Amino acid sequence: MSATQVTTHHAAHSEHDYLNHQKGIWSWMTTIDHKRIGLMYLLTVGTLFLIGGFFAMGIRLHLAKFGATPLLEPDTYNKFMTFHGAIMVFMVIIPGIPAFLGNFVLPIQLGAKDVAFPRLNLASYYIFVAGALLAASSMYFNQVDTGWTFYTPYSTAKTGNGVILLVMGAFTMGFSSILTGLNFIVTTHKLRAPGMTMDRIPLMVWALYSTSIIQILATPVLAITLLLLAAEKTLGVGIFDPDLGGDPVLFQHFFWFYSHPAVYIMILPAMGVISELVTAFSKKTIFGYRAIAYSSVAIAAVSFLVWGHHMFVSGQSTLAGIVFSLITMFVGVPTAIKLFNWISTMYRGTISFHAPMLYAIGFMFLFTIGGLTGVFLASTGIDIHFHDTYFVVAHFHYVMVGGTLMALMGGIFYWFPKMFGRMSSDLGGRISWVLIFSGFNVTFYPQFILGAMGMPRRYFDYLPEYTSLNQISTVGSWLIGLGFVVGLVTIIHGILRGEKASDNPWGARTLEWQTSSPPPHENFVNTPQVTAGPYDFR
Amino acid sequence: MSWITTVLANSFMPVPGTDLAKDVDALYAFLIISSLISFVILIGGMTWFLIKYKRTSIDQKSAYITHNNFAEFTWSFIPLLILLFIFYWGMVLFNDLRIPPQDVASEIHVTAEQWAWTYRYKNGKELYSSANEAMVVPVNKATKIILTSKDVIHSFYVPAFRVKQDAIPGKFTELWFTPNQVGEFIVFCTEYCGTKHSGMMIKIKSVPTEEYVAWYYSETKAATDPASKGKLLFAQKACVGCHSLDGTRVVGPSFKGLYGAERKFTDGSKALADENYLKESILVSNAKIVENYAPQMPLYQGQLSDDEVANLIEYIKTIK
Repeated sequence: MSATQVTTHHAAHSEHDYLNHQKGIWSWMTTIDHKRIGLMYLLTVGTLFLIGGFFAMGIRLHLAKFGATPLLEPDTYNKFMTFHGAIMVFMVIIPGIPAFLGNFVLPIQLGAKDVAFPRLNLASYYIFVAGALLAASSMYFNQVDTGWTFYTPYSTAKTGNGVILLVMGAFTMGFSSILTGLNFIVTTHKLRAPGMTMDRIPLMVWALYSTSIIQILATPVLAITLLLLAAEKTLGVGIFDPDLGGDPVLFQHFFWFYSHPAVYIMILPAMGVISELVTAFSKKTIFGYRAIAYSSVAIAAVSFLVWGHHMFVSGQSTLAGIVFSLITMFVGVPTAIKLFNWISTMYRGTISFHAPMLYAIGFMFLFTIGGLTGVFLASTGIDIHFHDTYFVVAHFHYVMVGGTLMALMGGIFYWFPKMFGRMSSDLGGRISWVLIFSGFNVTFYPQFILGAMGMPRRYFDYLPEYTSLNQISTVGSWLIGLGFVVGLVTIIHGILRGEKASDNPWGARTLEWQTSSPPPHENFVNTPQVTAGPYDFR
Repeated sequence: MSWITTVLANSFMPVPGTDLAKDVDALYAFLIISSLISFVILIGGMTWFLIKYKRTSIDQKSAYITHNNFAEFTWSFIPLLILLFIFYWGMVLFNDLRIPPQDVASEIHVTAEQWAWTYRYKNGKELYSSANEAMVVPVNKATKIILTSKDVIHSFYVPAFRVKQDAIPGKFTELWFTPNQVGEFIVFCTEYCGTKHSGMMIKIKSVPTEEYVAWYYSETKAATDPASKGKLLFAQKACVGCHSLDGTRVVGPSFKGLYGAERKFTDGSKALADENYLKESILVSNAKIVENYAPQMPLYQGQLSDDEVANLIEYIKTIK
């Protein structure tokens, strides 16, 4: 029995859905339909992901030292790791779930026709593209080798001017992020369907809402920081460079004041996706709706007070290190709450193992490891040893790839029938999951050991005793690469040749499954009336 | 506490070179054990549910359970206690690692630059990583390192001692250690600093006190001939960071067989590498740029005396 009463006009199904509401490339480029904008983000972010992935494969191949001579020159290696980091962080992981899945799903889940400001939404997309092009232009003019963190004074005094282009690209993309966040917050407050009270909105929306708060509050700080960096480099204003009277560590404070909350911009939406997947495939009401919703907000709030844990050995005072360590520990509590609640949701459910659910299970497995190793790094006494070693590299890949990318892939396969009105091959999805999940562990688990042994990150070359683990890691990266190729083929095949999807193939309860697949231009033929919570499987 | 020993034997941490490193390893062992237990509870529980509650037919019904306040409290409160305990243990260690004892036996000023380290002792002794010299310290006595940097941020990391501290231009930071055994310990740079970041490896050599004292008060053999003085200067100015001696390409051209060779420049012109060419290239490095290289060398005009330039040229002549 459905908790919502929606009348769907099946006659309208294939003729007037949003995909062929208007035709031609121009109708896509000027669309203000949130669903189409979401798919445009999918195409853009997907392309950028392939580029970032290319650099990752290059890094791994170089570090395996299979040949007698190094594959890359030291400067080329440093550029590879910079582009890999900058593309994956600013152009894939940050916009991935909010701008792509969020744009597609959020208004439908709320029972709205579109986001609150559809034109602004389109503007956000083009600002993002402009920023990405600006950043990418540095590859042509002057390649950057600072690492994605742009630490001063290296970035301002000791490297080329390409860093200005990359930094201004990130600056521009920040505005896209702010405007999307603003749009989501207003949409959540103002455009909910009748009966959709705040405690009936799906947890995906709660997660996107918390993310949006961080995007609006933290991104301006990054914008200012990057602008100051560009000002120092172009005008010689002394802010960070000690030769000009500046303080290089100030940059780190500014940078991490944004970039730590940004870590939660990356993971919170993923947690939202997992809440949707776990309920849909367990066919069971979410356990602890309020606990999960409020823990998202709690994580967002605490995230602003922990930036100093990136700086335990930066020369900040011992007391500051201790305070930041204590506050960081508090992030562990809402994170644990979420994990326990998802697992309790599975308890006495009826669980099926379609590809999206496999990705959710993979998320739980990898994110738990990522979270637990985060406690190691939050503890000051241990972090001194692990800081800037491969332990950190392994930790944040477990969270960002094992967490966010796993959820993104699960989300794509979950909402695929709604997006394209066709089913993607479940077998293809499962094969890609097996390859990515196993390859991921083969790639990154050895890096925890390398970190414990003391191998620093961002190293072009390393001691002989690190060789075999690096080679294992490289072989794992091929499995991940193969997994994403299988995933890509499955998606393209699904779009072109997939079977016609029913309106609600997974038997889920949230509003997007109560309209047709794909939905009509303005999502619902009649405005839905909501009478119960989002996961009412009674 | 035999469980700690068992865990540590399999932990891949470097052999501890200080007593404090052993204390760090004890916390590490505790973290590994508690993480494993947490992982088994979470993922083991999940796996059990996945198997037990696998969907067997399409119209199968799930239980309807919305929440349980006692469970929510338990799994918030117990992790909080564990996290606070880990925080406290880490804090105690952090204080020990950061605050040097009163009786520091030797104090060394360490200056980092792209891509070399210089260590200066209190009696004026100076050692250079670019001359492949290890940092000599006494065993079983506390050594304090006072760090700074000439250019960008670097970081001084001794895996065996579990200590690390950034070297920041324009200010001083410090770290300390008491080696508990005689031996050599590797030091890495762990803050990304450009092309040869991974090449900034040095060694700390801990020696018995008597040996240290003898070494500390030994006369440094002063260089007398111009080429030897030039060699010292070559180390002091960290030229080796960019110019190799064996013909390998680094940032700038190698010095191998440089003197007397014909140089081709980016503007297509050519010149013989004689004394005047070398002098100009050292002082006004951007005047002539060798083909396939970028103008990256800082100017040394006003920073080197004529004698020093002559000594460097004499040294370059010896590199065949």
